[in-house]
Amino acid sequence: MQDIRNLPAEDSYHEDQELQVVAFRLGNEEYAVDILYVQEIIRLLNITRVPRSGPHIEGVINLRGNIIPIVNLHSKFNLQAAEDEEDKRIIVFKWDEMQVGVIVDEVSEVIRIKRQDIEAASKVYGALEADHIKGIAKIENRLLILLNLAKIFEAGW
Amino acid sequence: MSMDMTQYLDVFLEESKEHLSNLNQQLLTLEKNPGNQAALNEIFRAIHTLKGMSSTMGYEDLADLTHHMEDVLSDLKEDILQADSQVVDLLFQCLDRVQMTIEQIERTGTAGFNNQDLIKALGNVKADIFTTQDQGEVIAGADTIQIASQSLHTISQSFSFDLNEYDLTVLQEAASRGYQIIYLRIAVDPASLMKSVRAFMVFKVLEEDCEVLKSNPPVPDLEDGKFDDTFDIIIVTKQPANIIIDRLEHISEIRVDTYETVDISQLAVQQSTNTASQTTQETKEPSDIKGNQKIKQTVRVDIDRLDSLMNLVGELVMHKGRLEEIGSSRRIVELNETIEQIDRISSDLQSVVMKVRMVPIEQVFNRFPRMVRDLAKELNKEIDFQIEGKETELDRTVIDEIGDPLIHLLRNAVDHGIESPAVRAQMGKPRIGTIVLRARHEGNNVLIEVEDDGSGIDFERVKQKAVDKGLVSSKEAEEMPNEKALELLFSPGFSTSDNVTDISGRGVGLDVAKNKIEALNGEIHVDSKLGQGTKFKIKLPLTLAIIQALMVSVRDEIYAIPLSSVDETTMLSPEDIKLIQGQEVMVLRGTVLPLYRLDSLLEVPGEKQSDEMYVVVVSKGDKQIGLVVDGLIGQQEIVIKSLGKFLAGIPGIAGAIVAGDGNVRLILDIATLF
Repeated sequence: MQDIRNLPAEDSYHEDQELQVVAFRLGNEEYAVDILYVQEIIRLLNITRVPRSGPHIEGVINLRGNIIPIVNLHSKFNLQAAEDEEDKRIIVFKWDEMQVGVIVDEVSEVIRIKRQDIEAASKVYGALEADHIKGIAKIENRLLILLNLAKIFEAGW
Repeated sequence: MSMDMTQYLDVFLEESKEHLSNLNQQLLTLEKNPGNQAALNEIFRAIHTLKGMSSTMGYEDLADLTHHMEDVLSDLKEDILQADSQVVDLLFQCLDRVQMTIEQIERTGTAGFNNQDLIKALGNVKADIFTTQDQGEVIAGADTIQIASQSLHTISQSFSFDLNEYDLTVLQEAASRGYQIIYLRIAVDPASLMKSVRAFMVFKVLEEDCEVLKSNPPVPDLEDGKFDDTFDIIIVTKQPANIIIDRLEHISEIRVDTYETVDISQLAVQQSTNTASQTTQETKEPSDIKGNQKIKQTVRVDIDRLDSLMNLVGELVMHKGRLEEIGSSRRIVELNETIEQIDRISSDLQSVVMKVRMVPIEQVFNRFPRMVRDLAKELNKEIDFQIEGKETELDRTVIDEIGDPLIHLLRNAVDHGIESPAVRAQMGKPRIGTIVLRARHEGNNVLIEVEDDGSGIDFERVKQKAVDKGLVSSKEAEEMPNEKALELLFSPGFSTSDNVTDISGRGVGLDVAKNKIEALNGEIHVDSKLGQGTKFKIKLPLTLAIIQALMVSVRDEIYAIPLSSVDETTMLSPEDIKLIQGQEVMVLRGTVLPLYRLDSLLEVPGEKQSDEMYVVVVSKGDKQIGLVVDGLIGQQEIVIKSLGKFLAGIPGIAGAIVAGDGNVRLILDIATLF
């Protein structure tokens, strides 16, 4: 199943040797996700706490009448959230008929990454963490961590 | 299957299922009353449509099977064959196969069943008659010849065209100019994939030197392939008939079934008798079969669209709330008048949308007669299964969920409830047992009852079984009143049947049914008299989408509690709270009520600001519990939304709502909160 879901992304590697991603900041690190998974980017809304949910669930929001869960990647990845609320956004990901929002400190840009610039995650991370990371992209002097959303969402909270 | 057919796949599946359900029903009617022509016609019609649909969609095996079923059915119609239990059973088997095939198509997109066994069986049924008929023919040889000549004579009556004045004048005109009028019955190979194309080619060939005056079915239907394997046309031509027929038969998959040259002088007479017989037929048909279907005009709508419509209406209602807030603070008369209008319209809209989502419970009930029949046959029991109030309407969400629990109850009734005919006769009961499935509205609820006149529940055996299973001690059992014993039936792993059968008795069933019904905010009760029968009563809310709720506040958070689980509310002062072994309780009108604080149950952050406290008395099963909250906000009609797959199954949380200010509030699920 996993492989099939990744196919569009893999295809875009092969076909044009390029991957289009949305880059965002979590704490002091830069992350990126395949743009195919991004439904929309919105400003912070009131988040309602959901008691008894997982430790990384921030709560739920109302997006035009739809209830969307918001997860906290800061706590999941053990990162310090930025103080400044001004640049914070919610990226709503759509994956396998499921919508999930993630709070990010800043959405930087949409970039194309060449395939040869992506390094396998296993070289940098231990085997466990490497699971939800597709690879590390080097762009000039920046390092973008490419997330494997399917793995992250499958793992649960 | 060709690409352009895929878009019709949904329609095909949907309609096939409808036909199947209808077929099952009609076949049951036929089984009860083998002479029922209306049922037979309906079956024939449905099978015929199924055949046409599946062949259009390219499911040849399905088309083939239904084609052979049709053969047998037409023998039934013509009284050559009797609808005895052997034939009906075979037809049921065929329906099952059709259903399997359709389910397979739904899952995989392809059919691919080998139906040769059934086709052979269908052939055998037919063959049986022919052998018996042959014998008959030897004896009544002279008669058959007469019949044959008669059928030749009446061929023109088999061509029943609806000719109007204009057509007649045209024909007369043509005849006077020396044209011939020919009736043709064109047969298209049943296996043809492109019936419409073949029909088109027929017209193309005829175009050369003939004129097609009329066709039956009409041309547009022919173009859409909406015809059986044959269609009739009237042509006027100067060519001799045999040349035209020869030319037509050169088209592949086309055969001229019968033809007849018409004498125009006879036409008028014949026409008048024809129309006479036809009008009687026509007036009969709509009232007979199609009458019920024509009254209601319906549109098929994807349920997702209804859900999003519901969502939008919810949004509208929410923004109306905002408008009302603005209106009350600004105090502009015109604005407030407009808001009132919007208020009225939006509440109308909401109720209309709710009604649209309601479907008759028939949808679920319809599959039961067949199930009960099959079970009864398997267990050698005779059962009269009656359904009452199948037009009772329920919200879709409830309909989808209620099927399984009802199946459990019905299976129980057939398996454990109704005794075998011999036992019934011994007890002085009618041999045939009765099971009644009843539905009706009662206020904001729907009541569903499953009643049988079987053996009833033996309380002593239930108690004994419970003791054996270690559910209660023997002392408890002894003191237990009968009503309490009935509740034991719903405990997990309980079954009283001595012999485990395929049908029930595995001890899963009643507890599962009960859980399901309670998950739907419903209740189930059982009533039984030993030797006289059992009655299960299910009470369900009309809809799961909109409920009345009590909004309560805890610190800065607001929660909704379904009003169906709220018994009462009361103020609470700190000195009312007493402790019993560490458990907080209060005394409410003489009874001790355990108290749970919502803030600690839900780990609500923040400090309590005021001393004010309220108790919401909720019932969970037969127990009452006091839920301590900071404040009561009020009663509200709420539109329930699901938290989605990602957050599904959190104990104590039933769903969410979008409040008037646009924020999300959570709905508490009392059954799983503690």
